[in-house]
Amino acid sequence: MRTRVVSPGVNFEYLMWIFTRISGIALVTLAVVGMATAFVLGARTQIDLPTLMRWTFFPNPNHVVNSNIPDVTLGWANGFWQVMQILLVTFGITHGFNGLRVVLEDFIGPSFTKPLLRGFLFMLWLFMLIVAVYVILNS
Amino acid sequence: MGLNSRVGFFEGLKYQGGWPMVSWMLHRITGVGILVFVGMHVVASFFLQQMGSDWSIAINTIYESWIFQIFIIFFVLFHALNGLRIAVLDVWPQFLQYQREALWLEWLIFIPVYGLTVFVLVQHALIGG
Repeated sequence: MRTRVVSPGVNFEYLMWIFTRISGIALVTLAVVGMATAFVLGARTQIDLPTLMRWTFFPNPNHVVNSNIPDVTLGWANGFWQVMQILLVTFGITHGFNGLRVVLEDFIGPSFTKPLLRGFLFMLWLFMLIVAVYVILNS
Repeated sequence: MGLNSRVGFFEGLKYQGGWPMVSWMLHRITGVGILVFVGMHVVASFFLQQMGSDWSIAINTIYESWIFQIFIIFFVLFHALNGLRIAVLDVWPQFLQYQREALWLEWLIFIPVYGLTVFVLVQHALIGG
C-alpha cells in the first residue's frame, strides 16, 4: 500500500469521489423503491424471501418467475422497471469499476502501468454496461 | 508520506486500527466481491438469455442457493450500511468525532436485519421450500 497524493481543486479524483457518494445513495434509494413497490404489488403473499432479495437487488422479471405471482407481465415487467434496471446497472457498474480502480491504484502507486490499468478498466466498464443493457432490453 | 509503504498483509493485520480499520477492510473486500458477483452474473445471464448455455445455468443455480445467498446478503448489506455511514460523515464532518458511535449504530442495524434474514433462509432451507 502507498499513500495516495490527490491534488486540490475540481479534477477527476474529486468528481469520482462525489460520484461514489451520490451513486451509493442512489443505489440504496433504488433498492428501497423496488422493495416497497414489490410489497404494493402483493409481494407479502406471493413471494418468498430469496425472491424478494433478488428483486430488491435488481428488479428484473426473470428474478421473480419462480414465485407464486400468477402473471409476471402484470406490473412486474414494464417500462418503469426497465428504466429502474438501467439506472441500477449504470450506477452500480460505474460505482463498482471506479471502486476497483481506487483499490488497485492504492496497491500499484505511481507507476507506468496506471494508464494501462485505467484503459483496461474503462474497456471492461464499457463492455459490462453494453452487455447488461442488452440483457435488460431483451428480457 | 513518512509511512513505510511496503507492508505485507499479515504485518498490516498487526496495525491496531480497531473497528474503523475492520470496516475499511471489509468495505473493500465486500466491494470487490460484489463486483465479481455482479460481473459474473451479468455475463452468465447474457449467455443464458441468448443461447441457454449450461454453464450459465450452473452459475445461476449456485447464485440462487441459500448458502450463497447468506454470503451475498452479508456483502451487500454491510457495503450499503457502511457506505451510508461514510456518506453521512462526509456530508456532516462535524460528526466525525462520533465515528465510533456511528459504527455501533451501523452494527446495531446490521445484526438484527442480517440475523433475521439468515434465520429465515436457514429455516426455509431446512423445511425445503
